[in-house]
Amino acid sequence: MKNVWAVAANTFREAVRDRVLYNLVVFALLMMGAAILVGQISIGIEDTVIVSLGLTAISVIGLFIAVFIGVGLVSKEMDKRTLYALLAKPVQRWEFLLGKFVGLVMTLAVNTAAMAVGLYGALWIVKHELERSDAYIAMAVYLILLKLALVVALAMLFSCFTTPFLAILFTVGMYIAGLFAEELRTIQAVDLNATTMKMLRTISYLLPNFENFNVMAAVAHGRGLPGALVGQATLYALIYCAIVLLGATLVFARRNLK
Amino acid sequence: MSAPAIEIEKLSKEYPYGFLNLKKRTSLEDLTMQVEAGEVFGFLGPNGAGKSTTIKLLMRLIFPTSGTAQILGKSIDDVSMHEEIGYLPEQPYFYDYLTAAEVLDYFARFHGLTASDRKARVEKMLKKVGLETAKKIQLRKYSKGMLQRVGLAQAILHDPQVVVLDEPMSGLDPLGRREVRDIILELKRDGRTVLFSTHVLSDAEMLCDRVGVLVAGRLRGVGAPGDLLGMKTQGMEILFEIGEEGKKLPLVERATRTGERYRVQLEEAELYRALDDLKAAGARILSVTQIKPTLEEFFMDLVEADRAQANAVEVSGK
Repeated sequence: MKNVWAVAANTFREAVRDRVLYNLVVFALLMMGAAILVGQISIGIEDTVIVSLGLTAISVIGLFIAVFIGVGLVSKEMDKRTLYALLAKPVQRWEFLLGKFVGLVMTLAVNTAAMAVGLYGALWIVKHELERSDAYIAMAVYLILLKLALVVALAMLFSCFTTPFLAILFTVGMYIAGLFAEELRTIQAVDLNATTMKMLRTISYLLPNFENFNVMAAVAHGRGLPGALVGQATLYALIYCAIVLLGATLVFARRNLK
Repeated sequence: MSAPAIEIEKLSKEYPYGFLNLKKRTSLEDLTMQVEAGEVFGFLGPNGAGKSTTIKLLMRLIFPTSGTAQILGKSIDDVSMHEEIGYLPEQPYFYDYLTAAEVLDYFARFHGLTASDRKARVEKMLKKVGLETAKKIQLRKYSKGMLQRVGLAQAILHDPQVVVLDEPMSGLDPLGRREVRDIILELKRDGRTVLFSTHVLSDAEMLCDRVGVLVAGRLRGVGAPGDLLGMKTQGMEILFEIGEEGKKLPLVERATRTGERYRVQLEEAELYRALDDLKAAGARILSVTQIKPTLEEFFMDLVEADRAQANAVEVSGK
């Protein structure tokens, strides 16, 4: 695992030294500022608005990083040929992929954590106190991170066999489709035959169900989150990531570099 | 006799192209060769001859269509083989957000070195390739030649048994080229095996125990530079100075004059008579050298032969 860790640490270092990442953090802080402003003009529901806006901002910014940097994790190394010297070391290709994945997830964890701190700060400014139920915000941020990890895995899989542009399109497409996996599963249309219904249901189970990680509404309204839900979502993300990364490894293992 | 350091058996690489990838372009065809332990082996050939393809196949950056290869007795599919191999890619490019010291430290981690070992080796390598003073500068500010030096440093960082260098002199100034040559000779002195590709023939002539010439994906000859070209001389060349009185000699009339010096080429059988004539005319003989075909001529002959063959096929096809 030392090879995986070495690649992960270097990926994290790259992200830290990348100015785009800093800009995104600044953007996040600006969003928090906007949240405060909106909170002031939303009499009585300031904290609900701030939590909703804050979590949405964390999710959207995280998605941008996960998709764009996720796709570049492998493709940039191949395009710039930085991978050549690395793969000539005693490093397995799966170790490289897993290291890249872990490195970006670490980056996202730090990034989302920093934004969560900003969100708590904004909440403090509005309410002048933090309640016990506000701890659920951290759980919501954790679920967002799980979702982002899944998006990174998908972005890496696609970038292993297609161009960066198509990989971005496929990842975004998969994300949007995954948001509707639940609807696809429960769809009841009178004009669809049984075979089509079965096919749709199968597809719905294959798609990543991103709604599993969406607890924004509940948390914004101060409702608690059952521990089982968090555990279930964690397990789902772990299994789905493992399957997607395995697929990426199989594709990348025999890929000819330029 | 020790086992070869590199053994290549019928290695081929085809790239599919065109509609539905139905057409195939052969980049390397049935390459079979060995590199002995402790020798410096040069891969020669024009651009697109298959030199880099062979090296990339050995480094498992690309995968062969057919054939096998072993390095130090291990299949190239065995990743542990890379413990004992150093590789410099052609026109190397590294993480430009890192400094030279950081990038070397990063690569050293994959060889299981301790932190203190890594630090010592990185310092040693930076000194060896002349980057001590630039070690804290990010690689994005490095010139092509400096990146080449970083590439060389990372290739020999872990003291490998086999060093594979793809165009190691590329992008270097004369001083840099000399330093790389010295490093290759040092590796040889230390008993390391070096395989390097180049299209600079003088480098190969100067450094290699043996060379292999690749043209259009096919190995056209392997041997010591001298053996490969044949030891047969193509003639003799005399360099001399002569006074006014000797300038009427027929030999002097056919010589080429450069300043006060004359250079004349003649058959080996004519040599001693010519020397006697020049001596009698009061000439000062500066040097007598054999004229041998250079690697360049050998190499061009092969390329020309291939072109002629291709033209013949084209004409007969019509």
